[in-house]
Amino acid sequence: MEGTLFNIFAGLTVLSALLVVANPFSRNPVTSALFLVTTMISISGLFVLLGAYFLAAVQILVYAGAVMVLFLFVIMLLDLREAARRKLNLVSLAMGIMAVGALFSVYKSSIESKYGEASQQQEVAADTGQAEVKMVGSTRALGQALFSGDKGFILPFEIVSILLLVAMVGVILLSRKEPR
Amino acid sequence: MFATITELFAAPWVMTLLKVVAVFAVVMPMVAYSVVAERRISAWIQDRVGPNRVGIPFTNIKLLGLGQPLADGLKSFVKEDFTPAHVRKVFYWMAPAVAMVPSFVVLAVLPFGSMLGKQKMVIADLDVGILFTFGIVSLGVYGVVLAGYASNSKYPFLGGIRSSAQMISYEIAMGMAVVPVFMLVGDLNLGAVIDYQASGAWLVFKQPLAFAIFLIAIFAETNRLPFDLPESETELVAGYNTEYSSMRFALFFMGEYAAMIAGSALMVVLFFGGWTLPFGDFFNTPAQSSIGKGLVHIGVFIAKIAMFLGLMIWIRWMLPRFRYDQLMNIGWKRFLPASLANIILTAIVLWVLHS
Repeated sequence: MEGTLFNIFAGLTVLSALLVVANPFSRNPVTSALFLVTTMISISGLFVLLGAYFLAAVQILVYAGAVMVLFLFVIMLLDLREAARRKLNLVSLAMGIMAVGALFSVYKSSIESKYGEASQQQEVAADTGQAEVKMVGSTRALGQALFSGDKGFILPFEIVSILLLVAMVGVILLSRKEPR
Repeated sequence: MFATITELFAAPWVMTLLKVVAVFAVVMPMVAYSVVAERRISAWIQDRVGPNRVGIPFTNIKLLGLGQPLADGLKSFVKEDFTPAHVRKVFYWMAPAVAMVPSFVVLAVLPFGSMLGKQKMVIADLDVGILFTFGIVSLGVYGVVLAGYASNSKYPFLGGIRSSAQMISYEIAMGMAVVPVFMLVGDLNLGAVIDYQASGAWLVFKQPLAFAIFLIAIFAETNRLPFDLPESETELVAGYNTEYSSMRFALFFMGEYAAMIAGSALMVVLFFGGWTLPFGDFFNTPAQSSIGKGLVHIGVFIAKIAMFLGLMIWIRWMLPRFRYDQLMNIGWKRFLPASLANIILTAIVLWVLHS
């Protein structure tokens, strides 16, 4: 059951992600944006299968619900015509492949190293029936991991918050009509 | 596959399917009859009669016009389904469905009763229920935006643009408004919210500001007057659904009423105690074995939803429409700071009480 669902959601994710960038039927930017929404929703389906319900809900809420609506908003306001087919740019293709390869190797090594072992240990613990492990995906556990000082991620969290705040202030400053 | 009928009913998916069918069978007539209620109440408010003729077909029995949805539905089905030549076809066909689906999906996580037999009266008892709800509600904007884009003409497009700005703005205020509720309850599960209210006062009395903001945000999210700028007749000739006719138009209409029902149900669950009533144990404890008690609880829940639907209809015909800048001002400059202050205030009160 879970395997089938994984195949469905993973297939949907890859297929709609492909259709975002290379859609043979339409060069309409709105179509691409809608396929990106489909991608987001199927990724949240993958999160559900992993037991990360909080992440799944936030994925839909933030990406599919807010970010993509703003994308659509901007695309519609700019009134983009259908993009013309561009020639294949070999340099950017090579750079793209290099970037994807680098990202893939980072993921691969991180899965194989520390965290991979940790998740294996969790699986063992789940087999032996420890209650604590069931909390991994829950909102409470996530909050405790994020906001606790000594072992948690409070410092990175706050740094990211300040970064977002700076970005927000910057956007407001840039979009003011008369800069003072 | 299944040896006996009991074995069939033991399978979890069978009960889930039954609940889905039951919820659908209750909500669809509610949608139909809230349209009738809208027309009758508007008529009373404007000192008209309203639709009071259609009763049982082929008889003279009028039933106060309760047969009206049948006639309306039949009319929508047999009218010509006209697709204007200038529309973007795929989006045009997709939009009504996209507009309608989210309102129904929201109902999946709402606990609409306590117990019936051994079944919890909720389709999906999610631990992140409220986040799921907000996620799905935020998808509701696509239907309107797509309709506006697909129609490929001026007024629907303006309606779609207005709608996306309005719904995103009020979604934020709505999300922030309910945060104090969950600070008090300490759980994101909607069943836990009802349990909390069953053992104490309803949250509307503990968080009146949160409720006020949430109520107004629901009005804006469902595009109801005084916030119906995406479809304001006098400015945009019905806005995003101008180019739609027959059943497609009816789907938008039904989507709006389904969204009203989902929003009302959300308010009932979050602030008005769900299926509970503060009149003793019968209304406050889950029905363990008694089917009758379970049915009463579901009835209480539906009655509360009907009350909110009545409120929404009443307000629609009593208040004029906001101007667009007023809408944005009140959303961003009043509700958002007020709900943020409410969060901080609640946090301080909880901190003082617990230390």
